[in-house]
Amino acid sequence: MFGLNKKDTTLLIAVAFLALCAPFILNPFPEGSSLAQFNAGYPDLMQRFVIFGIFAIGFNILFGLTGYLSFGHAAFLGVGSYSAVWMFKLLGMNVLPAIALSVVVAGLFALLIGYISLRRSGIYFSILTLAFAQMSFNLAYSVLTPITNGETGLQLTLNDPRILGQSATADGGIPVTNLLPGIEMRDTFTMELGPWLFQFNTGYYLCAVFLLLAFYLSVRIFRSPFGLMLRAVKSNQQRMYYTGLNTRPYTLAAFVISGMYAGLAGGLMASMDPLAGAERMQWTASGEVVLMTILGGAGTLIGPVLGAGFIKYFENIFSKINDSVLHGWFGFMPDGLENALVFVSHFFVGKSWHLTLGLLFMLVVTFLPGGLVEGGQRIGRLFRRKSAEDAKSTDVKPAE
Amino acid sequence: MDAIILQILNGLDKGSAYALIALGLTLIFGTLGVVNFAHGALFMIGAFCAVTVQRVLNFSYETIDPSQTDFLGNPLVVKTPYVFSWFGPETGASIIDWSVPLAILFAIPVMIVVGFVMERGLIKHFYKRPHADQILVTFGLAIVLQELIKYFYGANPIQTGAPDVFRGSFDFGVMLGFDPNVIIYPYWRLVYFAFAAVIIGAVFAFLQFTTFGMVVRAGMADRETVGLLGINIDKKFTIMFGLAAAVAGLAGVMYAPINSPNYHMGMDFLVLSFVVVVVGGMGSLPGAVLAGFLLGILESFASMNEIKSILPGIDQIIIYLVAIIILLTRPRGLMGRKGVMED
Amino acid sequence: MGILEVKDVGKRFGGLQALGDVNLSVAENSVHAIIGPNGAGKSTLLNCLVGKLIPDSGSVMFDGQSVLGRKPYEINQMGISRVFQTPEIFGDLTVFENMMIPCFAKRDGAFRLHALENVGRERDLVEKAEQMLIDVNMIDKRHMHTASMSRGDKRRLEMAMCLVQEPRLLLLDEPTAGMARADTNNTIDLLKEIKETRDITMAIIEHDMHVVFSLADRITVLAQGTPLVEDTPDKIKGHPKVREAYLGEAH
Repeated sequence: MFGLNKKDTTLLIAVAFLALCAPFILNPFPEGSSLAQFNAGYPDLMQRFVIFGIFAIGFNILFGLTGYLSFGHAAFLGVGSYSAVWMFKLLGMNVLPAIALSVVVAGLFALLIGYISLRRSGIYFSILTLAFAQMSFNLAYSVLTPITNGETGLQLTLNDPRILGQSATADGGIPVTNLLPGIEMRDTFTMELGPWLFQFNTGYYLCAVFLLLAFYLSVRIFRSPFGLMLRAVKSNQQRMYYTGLNTRPYTLAAFVISGMYAGLAGGLMASMDPLAGAERMQWTASGEVVLMTILGGAGTLIGPVLGAGFIKYFENIFSKINDSVLHGWFGFMPDGLENALVFVSHFFVGKSWHLTLGLLFMLVVTFLPGGLVEGGQRIGRLFRRKSAEDAKSTDVKPAE
Repeated sequence: MDAIILQILNGLDKGSAYALIALGLTLIFGTLGVVNFAHGALFMIGAFCAVTVQRVLNFSYETIDPSQTDFLGNPLVVKTPYVFSWFGPETGASIIDWSVPLAILFAIPVMIVVGFVMERGLIKHFYKRPHADQILVTFGLAIVLQELIKYFYGANPIQTGAPDVFRGSFDFGVMLGFDPNVIIYPYWRLVYFAFAAVIIGAVFAFLQFTTFGMVVRAGMADRETVGLLGINIDKKFTIMFGLAAAVAGLAGVMYAPINSPNYHMGMDFLVLSFVVVVVGGMGSLPGAVLAGFLLGILESFASMNEIKSILPGIDQIIIYLVAIIILLTRPRGLMGRKGVMED
Repeated sequence: MGILEVKDVGKRFGGLQALGDVNLSVAENSVHAIIGPNGAGKSTLLNCLVGKLIPDSGSVMFDGQSVLGRKPYEINQMGISRVFQTPEIFGDLTVFENMMIPCFAKRDGAFRLHALENVGRERDLVEKAEQMLIDVNMIDKRHMHTASMSRGDKRRLEMAMCLVQEPRLLLLDEPTAGMARADTNNTIDLLKEIKETRDITMAIIEHDMHVVFSLADRITVLAQGTPLVEDTPDKIKGHPKVREAYLGEAH
């Protein structure tokens, strides 16, 4: 289906199912129960899952396939966000032109940076992309303030022209982003099923549709001759040259495509919440997408999406846990042990959640370079081998 | 002329820090072939050694002085640092005053141990892994170290003063025959520069004149051959890592009075130090030092108002801009050797 | 006129004259061997032919066109393929994927953004790649990852990847270096078969005289960067100058 083989189609359908039913799947615990804090099915978080999923899918097209490790990808996301907010300020509150502009501007920006950075490879490439991203970040904070509004970040105001819309709503507020007049991003339909509460948000579903498109496109790229060439670049550039292939346009194309993905993510981010700040371009933000991709499994199709979801989910859950929650968990234990456990856990939760992230990252790179996907495959193989052995032993017995 | 001298001086302290961090990075990269993204964290740990020593020295006990009262009329609680009662108030006070230089004594063993543990526990397993993996795992480590420091010391910068003697500034211009008050330079920055020069000199002398240093230099030039000679290079690598960690740590200790230590200072310096290493030429020690000072001074020139008015924002991007230009025109950096990291 | 004409090519590395006025003419559909002691400039010459090095002087013409100043991939697109001393293949890919890459390069040129097609659906190219794998007896390994293959198999695959591009000139840099006797003999057989069944010119650099004398139509002996003699294998065998240059090395 859609030019994919059976396995890929199954994967696509699975992702589509998960994305569409996310409001149910992510809210398994009844509202008000003690486990409700583990629910993730509210619009803001679901949007983040999907947006960072798109960002990571795009990063994976560059890093996973060609092996070029960019440490400046957040710059494209930031540029995308700024472009989208400018569209909201100048043109109107419809998200589609804003997203389109984000993708185009990020693509052009990636073309420029990629053209220069890709002249070098290995760590030099990483440093060049890092340098460009830091430059953009610093400039956004200082000289480019007329465009970026510096530290405050770019926001909508009542004085924006919005030539195709209105500067202010009838009641004097700032208008909100919409898909069509009347279909606003923040529209949320809440469904109560007994004690359960499910939220269906327009913005989330728009993001989910884009995620599916992004994912589908990435599957096609992975299976295409172009994708094969990118993997060949990672494997042996020398042989590429002596096989009559020019690697630079291939890597540049991959760079631009992944930059456009980042721009799309940035545009969606601004569409959900129309503001953009320079901190989105900082190198720690670039590091985060590297982390997501590696954690999920670089070079695999589904890995980056898993990694993005994993990190954003635990970021949300872990940072919410505080001392009283911990005492609640360990309350059944003797006081001394309880306090000790709370003390130790304290390192990993709340504001220190990055510590957990760093440790997890080290463990994954050290023991599981293929990320969660490889972990899953290993477990799968373990079971299969076991069942194969069982099958063998049952086969052998009758013969005896 | 005076403005130029002032900017050169202003660039020296940052340049010194860049040079020291880049030196350690290059040592590790040149000998071990490891790209260490956690090196900035070592610099930060050094700075927090200074914070720790200052805090420990200020540990006090409380006594009630009935002869004095506070504004509510209660007897005054007097805090006396333990060092006062051990060494007498005068010596005690100067010990506290000199806590940053004293922290060097504390930082050296701490940093060497940290370096050893890092190398044996983690880096060792990554010698044969791709550079991307090394970058990623040390990046993870850097996050962990940074968060640990944040956990124990909080997120705010902690002011750590230099000894009284070195507080304040002196008029450097008068010494060179300029008018007074033209070139004012803080004492501590000069101390920092001198300190950096001594450390850099010591590292080079160590590499030049000891057998150990000879092996290390040979290892940097041709790792495989040295391995084939039957020299136990593993052990030497561990020591090398400890040394590099100590250099970064010392750079951090002495930097504490210039810039109040905070948990993300390591990351801030790391990015720039990597740029420095690349500009200097991956694997070249003199290159790292040269580029460190050069970029420090360039940065300070770029922040002159005269230049900023012509090229707004240049101070924010000058280092990156230089790095990009150098990487594109002289791919091996200023003093890099052929074939390093070019595959 | 040969298909490859090397005229007065010189190359210096600092103070070392690696090549001095090399003249060489390789006739179409022949096997031309270049032999010589270590450091004679064989590899330098080869690198000048494929664009890895640019000679200081002289000209290199392939089929009437100059190759100098062209990038390696452009030279390959002109019809020159190269087999390396250590097999250069795509280690992370399967044998079949390795074969598909030169097929695409041949059809689509140096770059094409074919991002929405599907590798498996390029029927013609898949057939072509599989036929080549059959020809070199590797079809049963088509799904194998190449990293785990023996050196002999890697060499075989590398040659298949070069041949599937239907090059007019195939350059081989010590194709049997580091191989066991059995693998060497297999390689000789393979090369003989290629020579007999295909319209292809080959230039071989080789140390192993057994390989040279069983394949070559003509032999050029290089010594210290200049050609000593060029002749047929029979004449070369007894040539006094060659014996002198090779003293003890050939036999």
